[in-house]
Amino acid sequence: MTIKRRTVLAGMAAGSAVLAAPAVMGAGRPKVVVIGGGSGGATAARYLARDSRGALDVTLVEPTRTYYTCYFSNLYLGGFWDLADLGHSYGTLAARHGINVVHDWAIGVDRDAQTVTLAGGDVLPYDRLVISPGIDFVEDSVPGWSVAAQNRMPHAYKAGSQTELLKAQVENMREGGVFAMVAPPNPYRCPPGPYERISMVAHVLTERNPTARILLVDPKENFSKQGLFEEGWARHYPGMIERIGPDFGGDNVSVDPEAMTVDIDGVVEEVDVCNVIPAQQAGRIAHLAGLTNDAGWAPVLPADMRSRMDDKVFVLGDASAQGDMPKSGFSANSQAKVAANTIRHELLDARLFPARYANTCWSLIATDDGVKVGATYEPTDEKIATVEGFISQTGEDAELRRQTFEESIGWYNGIVADMFT
Amino acid sequence: MTMNSLGRSRLRLPTVSVAALAAALVLAAPGPAASDGGEGAPDIAQVTTTFPRAVALGDVEHGRELWEFECAACHEMGRGAEDGIGPQLNRVFGRRAAAIADFPYSDSIIRMGRDGLTWTYRTLDAYIENPYALVSGTRMSYPGLEDADDRADLLAFIRLYSDQPADIPEAEPTARRVEVELPPEVLEIRGDREWGEYLASECTTCHQRDGAAAGIPSITHWPEDRFVVAMHAYREGLRPHSTMQNIARRLEDEDIAALAAYFATIDD
Ligand SMILES: Cc1cc2nc3c(=O)[nH]c(=O)nc-3n(C[C@H](O)[C@H](O)[C@H](O)COP(=O)(O)OP(=O)(O)OC[C@H]3O[C@@H](n4cnc5c(N)ncnc54)[C@H](O)[C@@H]3O)c2cc1C
Ligand code: HEC
Ligand code: HEC
Repeated sequence: MTIKRRTVLAGMAAGSAVLAAPAVMGAGRPKVVVIGGGSGGATAARYLARDSRGALDVTLVEPTRTYYTCYFSNLYLGGFWDLADLGHSYGTLAARHGINVVHDWAIGVDRDAQTVTLAGGDVLPYDRLVISPGIDFVEDSVPGWSVAAQNRMPHAYKAGSQTELLKAQVENMREGGVFAMVAPPNPYRCPPGPYERISMVAHVLTERNPTARILLVDPKENFSKQGLFEEGWARHYPGMIERIGPDFGGDNVSVDPEAMTVDIDGVVEEVDVCNVIPAQQAGRIAHLAGLTNDAGWAPVLPADMRSRMDDKVFVLGDASAQGDMPKSGFSANSQAKVAANTIRHELLDARLFPARYANTCWSLIATDDGVKVGATYEPTDEKIATVEGFISQTGEDAELRRQTFEESIGWYNGIVADMFT
Repeated sequence: MTMNSLGRSRLRLPTVSVAALAAALVLAAPGPAASDGGEGAPDIAQVTTTFPRAVALGDVEHGRELWEFECAACHEMGRGAEDGIGPQLNRVFGRRAAAIADFPYSDSIIRMGRDGLTWTYRTLDAYIENPYALVSGTRMSYPGLEDADDRADLLAFIRLYSDQPADIPEAEPTARRVEVELPPEVLEIRGDREWGEYLASECTTCHQRDGAAAGIPSITHWPEDRFVVAMHAYREGLRPHSTMQNIARRLEDEDIAALAAYFATIDD
């Protein structure tokens, strides 16, 4: 099957209409199914539909009617952003770009038959499949915690009601109480995300509950933008945040959601709010489709995000194992454009352009104190590799930090427009 | 004059040749170190070509004439200089852009000052040559000084009102005349719009297609040559801003032309 398809592709590349015809014209317009309407999936669907001007039949499968971005959900926790402004609907993708938006779960992929089965029973055939399902948690990575306990100890690592819950818990914490976070091991979505969250919680507590304490239990030696965060914490929230790294048992943690305790290397701490961010892996559907490796991620080819398991399938965003790009909304959006161009080339003979990957992640440390890190990337034989990066500097003046924060708002508006309008 | 008609000769940027004319150029400072307000700065009338080695940078006497003719309507320099239509320019070498407190600068130059734009020979040369190329939204309504020799002369004169040059690392003893231009071939590249559209997808994560600008400026419907110059200015590090420099550094001349062509005619 794979070999046969390769032949077809080679034919197309050489401009052979005869060989291309059956694949392309078979049942009318070529069909692309996109699973997951988040950063990767919504971008891919939009670019596929928009740039093919109706020549592709694009179906987007996404269970929720409103996508709440994880980006800026920490700012919502901190009181800098409204929940309503985190939510985005799929109306424009359907109305303006002619995408079939199906609000359902994909529950199975038959890669031989090239079909996707939905929970509602529909079976969708595809010529190319794009999957961008984000992450799921690794069971038992934090002993004592399971998804069933997420109301007592929220993860808030998929945005929406979990974020609301965590915010309410922080705001209603008893005076002088303890907020604990169990940070995840690498790799996980949004490397600076937990630390931006710590900053935002500290901001709220400093204003509402200044004698409260923050306990950051971290299995990692180092973390993203560490110097910038630590400088900011010392300046804005002196004495409030205690980080327990692996050298003090931060990598040997269990929790008891009923008792509201955290056991750190044998020392039991009573806590008032506990944000558990477990270890992560590719979203479940990637496993069901047989696209994942032993580590739980879906390996892809660096040139175009094509699955290493199946060359009719592309995996985007957090779920993919691609190399150096961090798991971020920016990365997923960037990868989606590369995959969309490749798919249009294969199905419609559009010009094929080389991959251009990039990422920038902003974080807010305190009011008007924004920082950023970013890089450009290129495919090598082995992985997507960093070309060159940049990062905010410690000791920058307040005006520059404010400008960096304002820039992040510009980016937020830019990326959601790039996904949903 | 529109940007388009300024055209080839006007749009010069430090990309290609770097001709250092004055190797060991040391300008003697006229008088004691001045405070920003111009205390101790020389009286404008007293400064003449009594600093012979300055000639290596440019002809100060000619620079002074150019100053009177081109700049003095809006700027003051020298003892007691005050802000006018433009800010006072004492000690401008080594000064952060938009650094004079209370002067009503444009948002554009304020932004670039925060990004780190500092006035050195190189950045001043670019700003005076074409203010909009360096600072897109500058309030300085000055069409630019096209001739490179004129600019060298003018800057030699302005230098006299800056501090001990040796104390200003970027300025001197390394202040040299940097004669650089964007060769006409580069400006003549016809952008491949389809390639530009693909490349532009990298930009639209931040810059909105519909031209909305909140936090990040709009880049749609610019004259192409202005766009090209701005991108080269990031690529060469003349415009500060780590993110845009990072993005621009991997763009080839053809890529920039393609992007300019696409964004100039983008329909939302
Ligand atoms: C607190 C926090 C802060 C963050 N901040 C930033 C930031 O500032 N900048 C940044 O770039 N990134 C940030 N991120 C990371 C960013 O949110 C993710 O990396 C990004 O959303 C990944 O995109 P994705 O397409 O892989 O997954 P997602 O955006 O999560 O989308 C996956 C979608 O797939 C759907 N789905 C899952 N399974 C199925 C199925 N079986 N069938 C159908 N649909 C399915 C889900 O409902 C979901 O809508 C942050 C993350 C967090 C948690
Ligand atoms: C029509 C008035 C006008 C003329 C003529 C003019 N300028 Fe300006 N200049 C301004 C204004 C206004 C600003 C502030 C720019 C802004 O806010 O964007 C400025 C800013 C500057 C700055 C930046 C100062 C700072 O503090 O960052 C320099 C340097 C400068 N001008 C040099 C010159 C030189 C040299 C000339 C002559 C070749 C000149 N200008 C001619 C009005 C003028
Ligand atoms: C990560 C976000 C981001 C991306 C991606 C990005 N830019 Fe920018 N861009 C900015 C910011 C922020 C500024 C303001 C920079 C400054 O202060 O000089 C800017 C400024 C500019 C300017 C100057 C605007 C002005 O008013 O002076 C141009 C031109 C530009 N960008 C072009 C591009 C092009 C072309 C691309 C894609 C190849 C791109 N940008 C990608 C964030 C971005």
